[in-house]
Amino acid sequence: MTDFISIESIARRYPKAGGGETTIFEDLWFSMNKGEFSCIIGHSGCGKTSVLNMLAGLELPDDGVAVVDGRAIEGPSLDRAVIFQSHALLPWRTVLGNVSYAVSSRWREWSSDKVREQAMRFIELVGLKGSESKKPSELSGGMKQRVGIARALSIEPKILLMDEPFSALDALTRGTLQDEVRRICLDTGQTAFMITHDVDEAIYLADRIVLMTNGPNAMVAEIVENPLPRDRRRIDLHKHPDYYALRNHLIDFLVSRSRSFKDEIPEGYQKRHPPVVRPTAKPTAPGDDNRQVA
Amino acid sequence: MSQNLTLRASVLSLLILSLFLITWHIATRGSTSVASMDPEYAKLMGLTATTGKSAMPGPLDVAAKIWEHLRNPFYDRGPNDKGLGIQLAYSIGRVMLGYLIAVAVAIPTGFVIGMSPLMSRALNPFIQLMKPISPLAWMPLALYTIKDSSISAIFVIFICSLWPMMINTAFGVASVRKEWLNVARTLEVPPFRRAFTVILPAAAPTILTGMRISIGIAWLVIVAAEMLVGGTGIGYFVWNEWNNLSITNVIISILVIGLVGMLLDQALARVARLVTYPD
Repeated sequence: MTDFISIESIARRYPKAGGGETTIFEDLWFSMNKGEFSCIIGHSGCGKTSVLNMLAGLELPDDGVAVVDGRAIEGPSLDRAVIFQSHALLPWRTVLGNVSYAVSSRWREWSSDKVREQAMRFIELVGLKGSESKKPSELSGGMKQRVGIARALSIEPKILLMDEPFSALDALTRGTLQDEVRRICLDTGQTAFMITHDVDEAIYLADRIVLMTNGPNAMVAEIVENPLPRDRRRIDLHKHPDYYALRNHLIDFLVSRSRSFKDEIPEGYQKRHPPVVRPTAKPTAPGDDNRQVA
Repeated sequence: MSQNLTLRASVLSLLILSLFLITWHIATRGSTSVASMDPEYAKLMGLTATTGKSAMPGPLDVAAKIWEHLRNPFYDRGPNDKGLGIQLAYSIGRVMLGYLIAVAVAIPTGFVIGMSPLMSRALNPFIQLMKPISPLAWMPLALYTIKDSSISAIFVIFICSLWPMMINTAFGVASVRKEWLNVARTLEVPPFRRAFTVILPAAAPTILTGMRISIGIAWLVIVAAEMLVGGTGIGYFVWNEWNNLSITNVIISILVIGLVGMLLDQALARVARLVTYPD
């Protein structure tokens, strides 16, 4: 199988204060398919953001390589759009100005009318029509993040990278934005990769969830396949028979296994091929802790 | 409430002004008694001693003189008798020329220093050494090398305006938020476009602060520089009127220097408001 995104043996190391190096992670492998929504979950300091920055091309791995669509990442690219945690809008530009800036960077030969048209299309998509001439300082946190989403989508990237995009928002706004991101990604078949701390967010949005153990020396413990149907809706999510199996599995990982995984590495564990797990309501083999190796 | 505050502040300002003017008027009215003296001796002593009137002019004398200047600001009766307007124009011209050359040098240099940690480290000792030098200390060197007093004054303005602008530009450029630069990087914005679309607007408020500090210093320095080089300018005018013992004109010059300095600062403050962005 040729994976759309393939992370191959990447490492991130920092020099220690007293000499030597701290290895945040090394020999990290996992892959993603086209049109798939992946989330990565792990505690602070496990290097999630480094992984995302390497995919964005903002950081280069100290070892190994990240491959997208058959080509190694050597720097940032307009094929990979980033939605930043802090929205990172340019405060001296209007909503339209911020989105147009991205559009005109993507298609430099476009006329200003065409740029404007494309920008407006995505401003409408995120529901900000009528606010296009406002400055970011006049917008609420949720609206700012919508502009960030519109800016990222407007360049029609192959991959959408999100670094905890909703963590600074209140619960209601977060829910609405999750709905919208999910709708847009499903409609357009957008490949997306997102960092999150929020288990419910991962369950709702992700097709596959990458579990990272605690750093330093973090590892990909396993890749969890979401057993819930693709047409899941937020309101009846929790009624699905597999919901609690999945949720318990993720919480169990975050609470205890993210710490203890290192000391009790399961037999047959290969860094190069982290086990793929699909938690379901019925244990398929006794004593297998709801896990099924695919 | 704030309108009320503005009103009260203006009333208080006017009150302080009138108190000052009244005190000034009373203090210079000339109440000292006239000592009786030999007429020959009285001639040597001057008006102060013989009429009991202070040589320090009162507010009314100054006001009358100001009116005179305002009616004819641009007359030119030889090198030692030019209108106040002409003298001011010379000073402002010199400041503008030196200042604009400094802007043209300081902002690009500051950009380079701010962008490159190497250049920042390499140039830092020079800047730290040059910054505290009184601009007037350059004057002899400038006169010797340039051999033209007017251009030397412009050079002194240039050198004193340079440092605050350069340091502020470097600081503003170096402290552009990383996330904004990352936005430009992920959008593959080429370096030149990035400099003008992200770094310059982000650093503009800091740069403008440096420009404001510089114009203030330049205006302070031009007066001293013109006292040294002589010939024309408001600084020369002050010194010339002191030699003429016209305290009235000296006071008027002081007022005018303050007024022009304030206007220069306010003009830049207005520009700064245009480029400031709310965060």
